[in-house]
Amino acid sequence: MARRTPLWDRHVARGARMVEFGGYEMPHLAVRGRAGVFDISHMGEVLLTGAGAEASVQRLVANDVARLSPGSALYGVMCTEAGGIVDDVIVYRRLQGEGGSPPPEDGFLVVVNAATREKDVAWMRAHLLADTELTDISDRIALIAVQGPGAVDIVAPLCEAEVRDLRPFRSTGARVAGIDASTSVVSRTGYTGEDGVEIYIDADRGGELWDALLDAGRDRGLVPAGLGARDTLRLEAGLRLYGQDMDESVDPYSAGLGWTVKLAKGDFCGSDALRRIAEQGPPPSASPSRDGASPATVTPSATATARPGRSPAAATPSPSATASRPPSSTRGSPAATTSTSTSAAP
Amino acid sequence: MPDLSGFRFTATHEWVETVDGGARVGITDFAQAQLGDVIFLEMPEVGTTLKAGDRFGVIESVKAASDLFVPVGGRVAEVNGALADAPERVNTDPYGEGWILRLEDVDEAGASLLDEAAYTRLTT
Repeated sequence: MARRTPLWDRHVARGARMVEFGGYEMPHLAVRGRAGVFDISHMGEVLLTGAGAEASVQRLVANDVARLSPGSALYGVMCTEAGGIVDDVIVYRRLQGEGGSPPPEDGFLVVVNAATREKDVAWMRAHLLADTELTDISDRIALIAVQGPGAVDIVAPLCEAEVRDLRPFRSTGARVAGIDASTSVVSRTGYTGEDGVEIYIDADRGGELWDALLDAGRDRGLVPAGLGARDTLRLEAGLRLYGQDMDESVDPYSAGLGWTVKLAKGDFCGSDALRRIAEQGPPPSASPSRDGASPATVTPSATATARPGRSPAAATPSPSATASRPPSSTRGSPAATTSTSTSAAP
Repeated sequence: MPDLSGFRFTATHEWVETVDGGARVGITDFAQAQLGDVIFLEMPEVGTTLKAGDRFGVIESVKAASDLFVPVGGRVAEVNGALADAPERVNTDPYGEGWILRLEDVDEAGASLLDEAAYTRLTT
């Protein structure tokens, strides 16, 4: 039985053909415009609270979340003891006072992929440290992305916060389109390679928000878009997809995500294996590696075209600035490239 | 385009501008464009002494992280503290407000620097 997002009836009313994606039925409209609006409510949202929340997130995620200020987010991976990728995630340090859910200062929100949500939650629970409460709030949250060069101009007038000033990978609590909700968070994130925002709102208010966005964007060419479009957009932007570009048989270095692994922060899930891989490369059989290709073989070419304009989750499938650096330095850091799947959250 | 005639560059996309016996260091416009939106910077402690080519920090964007190497040696006299709250300045003004380090006691031994024309050839 396929699951349905809170906006299902609206998609069907518009004549959308529903197909399964990650266990959900979604509209299949491969539409590109000046801006597109996507129902990505299938993404999972996992809340970690309590005095031990930060230590737990540091253990679960290979990136260093101690650097996050309230409202800011980063991209990272969770890894098995063998160094294979359990999932790729976006981690938010929650905003003070956000959504009225106490205690805001020790809360993190981890946004996980739909297809791996149950597995992720079980794995996360099994690896939590003391004094941490984990709550899977996925079913309570609708998540709507507005993406494209015109996205911010469409959302800004509806928002009771200055979205134009919101920097990439930052979020803010704000009423949108006058809708009162216990959670209403606007985040400058996305998974299309375009500028835009993702809005987290109570599941039962998601429909109203969807309608309000489409109304507001009608004159600016805003169209509803589906996950088919989202997939081609993220692919062009060089953004990785869990299950396709990585899974538990692949370590983050082999997946080109070594830059998200912060071995210096101390021990975390998979750190022993990842330290070994970083120093020696993946062993022929023991360690996860897709096809024996050497880690971080994404070959950066210094000639890739720079993308005009700024945007979260930038578009060039590209080389980092380190393109022509000596290949010697610690693997992972200079190899960089793309990332950012998922989205952000309250 | 700012006047970069007084700047020199590395093949790893840092720039250095020597001023009054000291030097300012940052990353190039090409580098910031390739990295995308910068969200974190790790910088050295003031007082650290570095040799040309030493790794001095890490810059991280929404999609990549990259080590930073000093174009010339010297003692770190100042780091751009404003970048902690506004790392996007590296994107918006890489040769101005987005400077990263100021060095004193500059030592060019072992430095491998390009002038603007040579750097432009490297990146186009």
